[in-house]
Amino acid sequence: MLHQLTISELTGKLTRREVTACEAMEACLSQIEKTDARLHAFLSVDKNDALAQAAQADAAIQAGASFAEQPLLGIPIAVKDVIAVKNQPLNCGSKILGKYISPFDATVVAKMRAAGAIVFGRLNMDEFAMGSSTENSAFGASRNPWDTDRTPGGSSGGSAVAVAADECLAALGSDTGGSIRQPAALCGIVGLKPTYGRVSRYGLVAYASSLDQIGPMGKCVADTAILLRAIGGRDPLDATSVDEPVPDYAKSLGQSVKGAKIGLPKEYLGGGLDPEIGQAVQAAVRQLESLGAEVREISLPHTEYAIATYYIIATAEASANLARFDGVRYGARVDGGDPIELYRKTRGAGFGPEVKRRIILGTYVLSTGYYDAYYLRAQKVRTLIRQDFLNAFKEVDAIVTPTTPTAAFKLGEKSQDPLQMYLNDIFTISCNLAGICGISVPCGFTKYPHLPIGLQLLGKPFGEETLLRLAHAYEQSTPWHRERPPLQR
Amino acid sequence: MSVREIDVRYVAHLARIELSPEEERQFGAQLGQILGYIEKLNQLDVNGIEPTAHAVPMVNVTRPDEIKPSLPAAEALRNAPAQANDLFMMPKIVE
Repeated sequence: MLHQLTISELTGKLTRREVTACEAMEACLSQIEKTDARLHAFLSVDKNDALAQAAQADAAIQAGASFAEQPLLGIPIAVKDVIAVKNQPLNCGSKILGKYISPFDATVVAKMRAAGAIVFGRLNMDEFAMGSSTENSAFGASRNPWDTDRTPGGSSGGSAVAVAADECLAALGSDTGGSIRQPAALCGIVGLKPTYGRVSRYGLVAYASSLDQIGPMGKCVADTAILLRAIGGRDPLDATSVDEPVPDYAKSLGQSVKGAKIGLPKEYLGGGLDPEIGQAVQAAVRQLESLGAEVREISLPHTEYAIATYYIIATAEASANLARFDGVRYGARVDGGDPIELYRKTRGAGFGPEVKRRIILGTYVLSTGYYDAYYLRAQKVRTLIRQDFLNAFKEVDAIVTPTTPTAAFKLGEKSQDPLQMYLNDIFTISCNLAGICGISVPCGFTKYPHLPIGLQLLGKPFGEETLLRLAHAYEQSTPWHRERPPLQR
Repeated sequence: MSVREIDVRYVAHLARIELSPEEERQFGAQLGQILGYIEKLNQLDVNGIEPTAHAVPMVNVTRPDEIKPSLPAAEALRNAPAQANDLFMMPKIVE
């Protein structure tokens, strides 16, 4: 039962000494034992290390540690396989890193440890965070706990599954074009992509450096608020992290949302949107209105160019970032007669098809004669997309949209057609290009099959407090987040 | 939607990735489709628009130039595929 609790519920029980952190950790490990052979959220779990951390937390609680100072004390939190945890494996869902063991902790991990968390497990993902289904993982796809023939989404699919299936209390993911919000939506949990610069990326393996952010995934909005406060803030080890104050996000939850102005972009309600998703979002809009928010139609006219822009900028940055995987300093090497042959063979054998496609595309758009036509043009369109949002935020406090155009699709349904897979990210990608924050919260279910639907709220740069307050008010006035997936079949 | 030709073998060489003939054929077709889709951006007039490299306007982030502890050599070499004398080992580059 303890594994099913939210962070604040478990903190309450730990504070009152009703349970121990060891019992909570054991409950998660036994849930993993029961369900993960089917779901494959975890690539590995170091049980002894997890239980040792839990014992440490219990000792700290016994010694009178303060939950106010350590808000994650004794809370089991699992981590996506793209974030470094000292002395644990790090593979990024790829074969190319071989038997890599991290020599240091990512800043987010160090911060969670300082807040008392039990940091455990390596969560499955699309290779190097490139994908929307976890089918690009070199270690096999994860499965959606609502229907195991379907994808949990991606790239942080393992993180979403682990949270939805109560294998951990909360998890960290990373989001470059929707990789936290889309799997959160498809698995019926809450996922937050913070503003670019809100969270340090030291120890996050880079995919597209102008877009990547680490963010929290949890069973409810309050848990993501607690976790964001713990991991947020300026870090001297990441020059792109911004020196903005980190508020106590959980504190402002529960305040009224009366008078909040919310924009509904007309460009997000047409096209390939599944009518059932459209209806759920419209119902959510009415719910927000009944809570006192004022919803008005707005326009984000460059929405239709977001995917093309993203696949130029992200792949260009990836082609440079992934040059480091060359078999020289770490990872699985395939020998060659000279260095070039060694690189080519190592990378040919080590990368999966989607990673190769994106590196080749990124190399192409940066190559002589194509730079201006593709890369520079995409950077200019990115300015227009960002302007759309900054203009909208002059009129509204937040923007409401569907997170995904459809509910979870079947494994194998789109994996042979990369472009179809890319088009599925239409509602999440602009947020990263604009550098703003976004959250996905459960807003209903499709009728048959019974699958979760996600509502996306987008906020101003460093506007996470408003975003969380709105998402929390909506969540607490609806039943969706309380429904659990049918694991026993 | 148009389909663009791309010399996959040449670009893969620039990216230092060895491909099988089957991969060359498959990626050529898929990337041609994706580039065709990307042509969409040509519909927009971007004259006079400044490019965005980075969504948060920060420039020249510096820190004091001080010596601080860093990863010890043994730790940095821990994951090396081949090493000797505190160095990464590679095939010979210069005769």
